[in-house]
Amino acid sequence: MNFDPSYIIEILPRIIQYIPITLLMAVLAMILAIAVGLVLALARNSRNRLLSSGAAVYISFFRAIPMLVQLFLIYYGLPQLFPVFTKMDAVTAAVIGFGFKQAAFLAEIFRAAFLSVDKGQMEACITGGMTKLQAYRRIILPQAARNALPGTGNIFISLIKETSLAFTLGVVEIFAEAKMQAAESFRFFEAYLAVALIYWLLIIVYTYLQQKLENYLDRPYRT
Amino acid sequence: MIKVTNLKKRFGDLVVLNGIDFEVKDGEVLSIIGPSGSGKSTLIRCLNFLERPEAGVIEIGGVRVDAEKCTNKEIRQLRLQTAMVFQNYNLFKNKTALQNVTESLIVVKKMPKKQAEELGMELLRQVGLEDKRDNYPATLSGGQQQRVSIARALALRPHAILLDEPTSSLDPELVSEVLQTIKKIAEMDTTMIIVTHEMDFARDVSDHVIFMADGNIVEQGPPAELLDNPRKERTKQFLRTFHANRKR
Ligand SMILES: Nc1ncnc2c1ncn2[C@@H]1O[C@H](COP(=O)(O)OP(=O)(O)O)[C@@H](O)[C@H]1O
Ligand SMILES: [Mg+2]
Repeated sequence: MNFDPSYIIEILPRIIQYIPITLLMAVLAMILAIAVGLVLALARNSRNRLLSSGAAVYISFFRAIPMLVQLFLIYYGLPQLFPVFTKMDAVTAAVIGFGFKQAAFLAEIFRAAFLSVDKGQMEACITGGMTKLQAYRRIILPQAARNALPGTGNIFISLIKETSLAFTLGVVEIFAEAKMQAAESFRFFEAYLAVALIYWLLIIVYTYLQQKLENYLDRPYRT
Repeated sequence: MIKVTNLKKRFGDLVVLNGIDFEVKDGEVLSIIGPSGSGKSTLIRCLNFLERPEAGVIEIGGVRVDAEKCTNKEIRQLRLQTAMVFQNYNLFKNKTALQNVTESLIVVKKMPKKQAEELGMELLRQVGLEDKRDNYPATLSGGQQQRVSIARALALRPHAILLDEPTSSLDPELVSEVLQTIKKIAEMDTTMIIVTHEMDFARDVSDHVIFMADGNIVEQGPPAELLDNPRKERTKQFLRTFHANRKR
């Protein structure tokens, strides 16, 4: 069998250098997705028909189109319509693509999280003289956050993995670097196994951190 | 003073409040009794616009709101005149007992945190829960949660406190601690409207009792009169069934 474990050790340091760009894309896309997803969730739950159906269309569209198609639309398609987008670099395009897509999935998670907060909580806020905005910020959002955390964590894990698609736009991250190394050495299995191990490690670390956060947010609800 | 005139509310085709009129003087306690579904909760929830009435005038502590033509600002003004105690407590689940009491003081009244906490502790002491200041609601019994919610209502120094069946969710052995707390507050001349099924309690603390059925006030008067000597047949019937059920 033509398998050389020492090659994995050899290229790991080279691939690891690209962890920061992978994480940068994932974190920026996540921040974008949370912001857009929050707005979408509130719009979707709003009594205003226009807001609610607008959000529904957004969610339906971005849930439906494949990630690659969307990345190509943004990076290769948009500049054709609007020349300003020619200046957009590949990382930005990838972050926007990932963020806007995952916003649609997060919106559904956030919406369910808001709906799972007992209606009496808002009534207690309002009869206590708070405005709706104060109620959301101080009482509803913190309770919804706890309900939304597991689902949101899954989205972030998807995002970390999806960043590997950015190589199609020419971004050099973990996967792209491994591809280039493999093309030189013809050690495809070892190179891609190294990539797989790195993703695995990243996700293990993230899962551990999320567990800590969950325990923290759970504090008020433990009996 | 609380003055309600010709209050009307419907849910779709269902008329739930069919022109309600009553008054509560400052420092008085009004109890509302009546069968389930008669509109008691809806009435009390219209007073702070948790439900929006179709018509009627509500006047509480000098704020007068006409349901047919009122602004959001007027509604907020009206809400600041009352505090509410709910059947299932509705304590803020992400806040400790003390934070539940101080939350509105800090957020709405903009009171400095330290001052709010001093006042909050004072109120927790009044309801006998100063040792639970750092407990989250999940770790408190139903009776304790309801006492915190009473402290939270008092913190706002409202013109009146509205209580919707404050003991109906409680295990029987926890009812009396909450009733005693309410009684203590009533004796401090707090204006209150209480929806309750506790007839002995109503007789004990109320200055005035209203009997409601099918969205109407059937009869009202001093507790001794209404509870022990009702004039209307509907009231007699309700009290008869009520006492019969209790004996069982
Ligand atoms: N949000 C609502 N939507 C539709 N019907 C309601 C709503 N709230 C209450 N009702 C109806 O209004 C009537 C009065 O309810 P409620 O005020 O809760 O009575 P009570 O508190 O005396 O038991 C009932 O028939 C109830 O089913
Ligand atoms: Mg009721």
